[in-house]
Amino acid sequence: MKSRSIPLREVYVWEMPVRIYHWINALCITSLCITGFVIGNPPAFMRGTEAYYNYWFGTVRFIHFVSAFLFFFNFVFRTYWGFAGNEFSRWYNFIPYKRSQWKEIFDVIKVDILQVTHNKIDSIGHNSLAAFIYFITFLIFLLQCLTGFGMYSAMSSSFLPKMFAWFVPLMGGDMAVRQLHHVLMWGFILFAMVHIYLVFYHDYIERRGITSSMIGGWKFIEEDVIDRHDNPEDSTKN
Amino acid sequence: MNCKIMCINSSFSELINTDRFMENNQPTFYEETRKDGISRKDFLKFCTTMAAFLGLEASGVGQIVKALQTKPRLPVIWFHFQECTCCSESFIRASHPIVANIVLDKISLDYQETLMAASGVQAEEAYKTVMAKFPGEYIVMVEGSIPTENEAYCCIGGRSAKAILEEAVANCKAVVAWGNCASAGCVQAAHPNPTGAKPVHKVISGKPVINVQGCPPIADVMAGVVVHLLTFDRIPQLDELNRPKAFYSRRVHDTCYRRANFDAGLFVESFDDEGAKRGYCLYKMGCKGPVTYNSCGIIKWNDGVSYPIQSGHPCIGCSEEGFWDNGPFYQHLPDVKGFGIEVTADKIGLGLGIATAVGVAGHAVVTNIRKHREIENTPESGS
Ligand code: HEM
Repeated sequence: MKSRSIPLREVYVWEMPVRIYHWINALCITSLCITGFVIGNPPAFMRGTEAYYNYWFGTVRFIHFVSAFLFFFNFVFRTYWGFAGNEFSRWYNFIPYKRSQWKEIFDVIKVDILQVTHNKIDSIGHNSLAAFIYFITFLIFLLQCLTGFGMYSAMSSSFLPKMFAWFVPLMGGDMAVRQLHHVLMWGFILFAMVHIYLVFYHDYIERRGITSSMIGGWKFIEEDVIDRHDNPEDSTKN
Repeated sequence: MNCKIMCINSSFSELINTDRFMENNQPTFYEETRKDGISRKDFLKFCTTMAAFLGLEASGVGQIVKALQTKPRLPVIWFHFQECTCCSESFIRASHPIVANIVLDKISLDYQETLMAASGVQAEEAYKTVMAKFPGEYIVMVEGSIPTENEAYCCIGGRSAKAILEEAVANCKAVVAWGNCASAGCVQAAHPNPTGAKPVHKVISGKPVINVQGCPPIADVMAGVVVHLLTFDRIPQLDELNRPKAFYSRRVHDTCYRRANFDAGLFVESFDDEGAKRGYCLYKMGCKGPVTYNSCGIIKWNDGVSYPIQSGHPCIGCSEEGFWDNGPFYQHLPDVKGFGIEVTADKIGLGLGIATAVGVAGHAVVTNIRKHREIENTPESGS
């Protein structure tokens, strides 16, 4: 039996609200991408019948819109949690405004993407590159809501979609908005592919329990990493 | 100067008679109408139609009647810049017979390059007189876009479109931009826009601009806008893109009689398939109804006979900015520029998806080689 004993500590990284947000978001994005793709490319599976029997395309759009509202409020909640949650979920993780964040970004590129060096990355929550990518996806979320609700405002009289109506004239009209909305869908798909792969990758080589951390919230972190986390001054000396 | 001269009827020679401007009492719209031999009954019918198009309540009919009977005619200067004259062509085919006659002949197009009889010095005098005689009262109506890359691309009487427009607009009451050219640049502004064509609202400032969108706009919509200006003495309620809300607040899609087929998921797959015969939704044939704001589904064309979708053709979105660049017409999503011909976002997306999958697989292989020690949990020193 292969085994190894190293000093590890369990760290509670993702609080319950972050985990719930994550899975609602995943569910919504899956649903929105599938229904969105169908709205953009409806399959021809009905012929020779009359309209009054059927409503399947309306149903697909309905699911899209319900998921859209859920997605939006979930996103709003996560933004709030960026100011209320623990240190790993706070907004300042996501915007690389410090030198040390940029250093970590380049380290991650060297260690995990190009694999030219083998130092371990110390981060306990998101590493700086991942966090920055999430920041970009948040911007895409926002754009997707602006374009989506912008289009929706034409068929709704309720105040929420109307709040986004200003975005449409900014882009010249619905035509450009719809195109952008469709293009962004591919952003979600590509992100999901890389995101899922990287979770596998990190779990495979680091074994910090990153996959299950989004279920239970806990990660296994090496004690020396935690020491450096708690005493940042010491780590800069090394 | 302008060689596009047609004498529609004798009343035009009367129209350009500059002596007319010396009269103190401008004839009213109604007086002109009666002089033309139109009965009061037809006049009232016209007012009622207009009130309906404008979405007014019943009392609105009376307001229109009163305005047309008492208010002096509206002085109008109508310019043609970079355009094809289809707006004028549409306008003179307005469905209600007297709309064309009255509005076009008698609302007094003091200067209209296509229809006026005058030419040369005489023509220029006509519009200079309007500017001098009715400062702050006359309406400038524009067909066509304005070149900005080099102003010389569109010159009339030796002066550039931009200079002419700026001068005319300085003292006008409001500007009406007819059609997609004047509202959004239309085909001239399509990629790569060699003349730097710009719509009116991007060239002038400080005056209200009404964008009467469409290529061309629906004739009755054009008449409706003019009647509104005359009756209420102010510009109609506009949307964010300065289009009159009465006509452009709903999508062609939302007023389409084929809409039930969209919700049912019944789509025409090719122009002569069974679905086309059954009148299914033209969404997959590239119908731009879902992204187009216009009244085609309600007012329709040619005296309410039909409109493109009713004739089995997808909407091309002619009342939207950049509809030429959002082509091809028979495709749901536009091609993405810069990737050669016929590349849609989906094709690019799929390509990137495959590239990502390959990249990820490659990375996984490299990881197994390069990160061998981590995976096997052997100490890093290798001892
Ligand atoms: C993960 C996020 C989302 C994705 C991937 C997505 C994807 C799509 C796609 C691909 C289309 C079809 C566009 C076309 O080609 O015609 C679409 C349509 C649409 N989406 Fe989204 N969408 C998302 C979020 C939203 C949100 C937040 C809203 C807000 C209400 C929204 C509202 C709409 C509307 C109104 C349409 C047009 C449907 C129609 O009129 O038939 N979407 N979406």
